Amino acid sequence: MRKLVTSVLAGIGLTLACGTSVYAQEKSLTIFWAEWDPANYLQELGNEYEKETGVKITVETTPWSDFQTKAFTEFNAHGDAYDLVVGDSQWLGAGSTGGHYVDLTDFFNKYKLKEVMAPATVKYYAEYPGNSGKYWAIPLEGDAVGWSYRKDWFEDPKEKEAFKAKYGYDLDVPKDFKALRDIAEFFYRPDQKRYGIAIYTDNSYDAMAMGFENALFSYGGELGDYSTYKVDGFINSDKAVAALDAYKELYKFTPPGWAKSFFVEDNQAITENLAAMSMNYFAFFPSLINEASNPNAKNTGFFANPPGPGGDQFAALGGQGISIVSYSQKQDEAMKFLEWFIKDETQKKWAALGGYTCSAAVLKSAEFQNATPYNKAFYETMFKVKDFWAVPEYAELLQQLNQRVYPYMIGGEGTAKETLDALAADWTATFKKYGRGQ
Amino acid sequence: MATTMITTLDRSSRAAARGLSDISIRNLFIIPTVLFLIVFNIFPLIYSLGYSFTDFRASTNAPANFVGLQNYRDLLNDPYVWSNFAITAKYVIISVAGQLLVGFGVAMLLNRDIPLKGLLTTLLLLPMMLSMAVVGLFWKLLYDPSFGIINYALGLGTFEWLSDPKMALYAVALTDIWMWSPFVMLLSLAGLSAVPKHLYEAAAIDRAGPFYTFFRITLPLVAPILMIAVIFRTMEAFKTFDLAYILTSQPTTELISIRLYKMAFQEWQTGRSCALAYIVLIMVLAITNIYVKYLNKVKER
Repeated sequence: MRKLVTSVLAGIGLTLACGTSVYAQEKSLTIFWAEWDPANYLQELGNEYEKETGVKITVETTPWSDFQTKAFTEFNAHGDAYDLVVGDSQWLGAGSTGGHYVDLTDFFNKYKLKEVMAPATVKYYAEYPGNSGKYWAIPLEGDAVGWSYRKDWFEDPKEKEAFKAKYGYDLDVPKDFKALRDIAEFFYRPDQKRYGIAIYTDNSYDAMAMGFENALFSYGGELGDYSTYKVDGFINSDKAVAALDAYKELYKFTPPGWAKSFFVEDNQAITENLAAMSMNYFAFFPSLINEASNPNAKNTGFFANPPGPGGDQFAALGGQGISIVSYSQKQDEAMKFLEWFIKDETQKKWAALGGYTCSAAVLKSAEFQNATPYNKAFYETMFKVKDFWAVPEYAELLQQLNQRVYPYMIGGEGTAKETLDALAADWTATFKKYGRGQ
Repeated sequence: MATTMITTLDRSSRAAARGLSDISIRNLFIIPTVLFLIVFNIFPLIYSLGYSFTDFRASTNAPANFVGLQNYRDLLNDPYVWSNFAITAKYVIISVAGQLLVGFGVAMLLNRDIPLKGLLTTLLLLPMMLSMAVVGLFWKLLYDPSFGIINYALGLGTFEWLSDPKMALYAVALTDIWMWSPFVMLLSLAGLSAVPKHLYEAAAIDRAGPFYTFFRITLPLVAPILMIAVIFRTMEAFKTFDLAYILTSQPTTELISIRLYKMAFQEWQTGRSCALAYIVLIMVLAITNIYVKYLNKVKER
């Protein structure tokens, strides 16, 4: 019996020892990110780093749907499986106040990153709390929501003629939200299995919030006051109500079964000839100009989120910064990687590989802007983006938004005003619970 | 007789020859299991009970504050949680009733001499052997309004099984029925083949009709084993997560376990989610107890 127990214990010990020795190996860094193309580009960039320095970079990925859960499970357990993490912008609050991220303020100031990187990326990917001058991440992948559209449908002379006859102006890339709606209605033809528009509707993480924000910000609305955490009078203002109505209006012209759609479905809308226009993160556009993944690659165009009725033009921010995990045993090595990463030539390489650099100099260069059909729209968008709350309880705020907005958007329950009033009350209660803005 | 067989060791056995006593053999088998249970079940159970009275969040460094029954009070006053429970109850009833009907029906059909009976039964068991996540993923494709085979076969056009808030829960239940009816069928088949043939012969001699035979002989004799199937399926249906989570994200299909998952692992409200888990646990225990009482009654008959 005792022998048995001893041998079992020895076995367990040996397994653990083997497991940890892999991570304890010198000269290697593990970066955790979600499973998507940019992570592959980062791996390629990491391979270059290995060639130069001999430090092996492994980009570990997991599907988007459990990226947040997996990362925070590791953080909460104070695990050192990952040395760096490319975390969502909303995580900054939880990552910094929870002690999961290493404070990068000195690093930031030493290399004057506030000037090197585009202002919006510094504000939303790196700084927490807002305007505090404390930085927790280096902007890595800039991203925002933009639109792709079917050039061949838009440029068809017959369609142009019919559109002009119906709406009294030329069919072209939408100049505002009203045109967006009209074009969506125009191309909505269920009998031909063609539909007007593809938007985000999934209510499981931030899809619904990102989609609605696109309308909200362009309509001149706000989620709330980021410094006082006051939401009543912001998220339920007349502008916000009009924005939600406009977003719900677009849902009418989506393909059938469009009630749980996010980036995968929205790209499918273009590749499968389902919709004339499709909302998506710029990060998913590279696969749309690739003939192998999009049979309509030659006929796909791109545009930035259009302005609302008041002329305001903004877009919802995606994208991530890279942070050092405070439980990592190799923080010095990780710091060296970041030093290499922010160099101009690395940023150029990053952009060339397909990554969306946040370096202001690279973004402004003609070389970058002409490299792909969507880079110019991306550059324009990155200077007019706004983001969701980044407080540690952002997930609760998202859940409340999903709970209120989804039944109205998809189920048609209540009115936009009732929906947003209820959301304002939910958010106020949540902020009060965590003692914010008191 | 049975007890003596367990407590004394055969003197000529190899274990006895090695000097192992019956008690040490018993310990060898039981202690690891008990230890495993304590470490992985009992300890977390008690630990989370403690958390359920605090505002602990696993994602921050803030210390946990004791808040008394606040979590329980908030949860039981939350209309969303109540609607989650109502949805779960509806789902359990539809799905278990459906499985019982289909499973028992198929078992009745199979309980006769037909060619290839063994092969047929094995094939019918296949859905049960698949992973929940896989079933969810391919039923999502089957239900797809644009290219799904279900709409094509039934000629429903672009009927939206999963996006229609009213239909979605039925669609999830339908998938569950497809997957788990074989389980009920298997148990029913075992029960049916255990019904003594002479009872049917006696009924035939007395010229009893098929309905009379079914309700007076077949059903009462199969009932205890059917009840076991119902208990298993109710507990499983009550905690369904993966299938509903993968198939659709309608608020009308947010079962209590999905709410619990979101609260615990997306919002990181650890204390509150522990409280919700306890509420669910108490409910499952209560329902199972009622079933077990009823099962004993059925057995006594």
